Amino acid sequence: MTSTASEPRDSDLLAAPNSPRKSFTPRGRANREMIAWVFMRVSGMFLVVLVLGHLLIMNILDGGVHRINFGFVAGRWSNPFWQVWDLAMLWLAMLHGTNGLRVVIADYASRPQTRFWLTMLLYVASALVIVTGTLVIFTFDPTMS
Amino acid sequence: MPSAAPARRPAGTLYRGREGMWSWVAHRVTGVLVFFFLLVHVLDTALVRVSPEAYNQVIDTYKNPVMNVMEVGLVGAVLYHALNGLRIIAIDFWERGPRYQRQMLWTVVAVWVVVMVPGTYFMLERTISEMLGSV
Ligand code: HEM
Ligand code: HEM
Repeated sequence: MTSTASEPRDSDLLAAPNSPRKSFTPRGRANREMIAWVFMRVSGMFLVVLVLGHLLIMNILDGGVHRINFGFVAGRWSNPFWQVWDLAMLWLAMLHGTNGLRVVIADYASRPQTRFWLTMLLYVASALVIVTGTLVIFTFDPTMS
Repeated sequence: MPSAAPARRPAGTLYRGREGMWSWVAHRVTGVLVFFFLLVHVLDTALVRVSPEAYNQVIDTYKNPVMNVMEVGLVGAVLYHALNGLRIIAIDFWERGPRYQRQMLWTVVAVWVVVMVPGTYFMLERTISEMLGSV
């Protein structure tokens, strides 16, 4: 059986059982979802070390939260190792969390307009926080008073 | 005529009913909570650019007993999300992951308890001894 590309066939409307899936999602978007799916897993593996390490240092070792103050942060950010650690944690956790929230919004906000504006609000808030956090790490001044 | 086999409940699809579903609900709730904490946390850390006093004042609120208990909750939420996240990754990429998903969930719960018991102790040690007046 042959058909020309221009005529719609039954199989374009209803996939035969066990035939390769005909996607209703445009190619570009399907591909972006795939990248997001992989990113969630790759960033998650890095975050296990970055965030659990951060929590161990901040809450448990050496006095925990009770020893944290401006001088403590100054001491840590005098070391490029912790600057890079915090920077990586900031970007990965924010992008991972933002993508996670995008999915949660898509699941619960059924009105397209509500979904659109909630997602935009999310993106704007996330961008502001990522920029702020990055600037804070790079412009930190230990001698400030 | 062979008697009909007794109707069996499906042994569990991955995400519907039973452990698979509740672990997913908890993963979603903890992920959202930690995200909102992180938004606030980056902003409170940004106070180091305002003044040492402003930063110290806000960080001091992390040291009061009520906040201290909430920090235990935060650490518990992050730890569950992290361990269950590794379980999700194993289900997706390890060929036998889907078959062992339930065992892996109980492993997640066990590791969580084993870490949280001493963790809670160290996080609250100082607060409790101060409240009992021994400092
Ligand atoms: C109660 C628990 C926590 C405490 C006491 C705490 C404490 C701190 C402190 C003192 C800093 C200053 C920088 C440094 O010393 O390295 C910091 C920065 C940071 N923390 Fe936490 N943290 C906590 C939980 C978390 C969690 C759960 C996350 C991730 C989800 C996180 C992500 C970050 C990031 C990204 C920065 C860098 C902020 C910036 O770029 O300005 N923290 N934290
Ligand atoms: C500590 C290491 C972490 C690991 C291993 C991890 C792993 C994962 C995985 C595998 C998913 C599922 C993605 C999918 O179904 O496609 C996920 C979802 C999510 N994660 Fe994480 N994550 C971690 C840290 C974080 C942090 C720090 C945040 C918050 C800033 C976060 C927020 C979320 C959110 C909101 C979701 C979406 C939940 C849903 O759709 O039900 N995660 N995470």
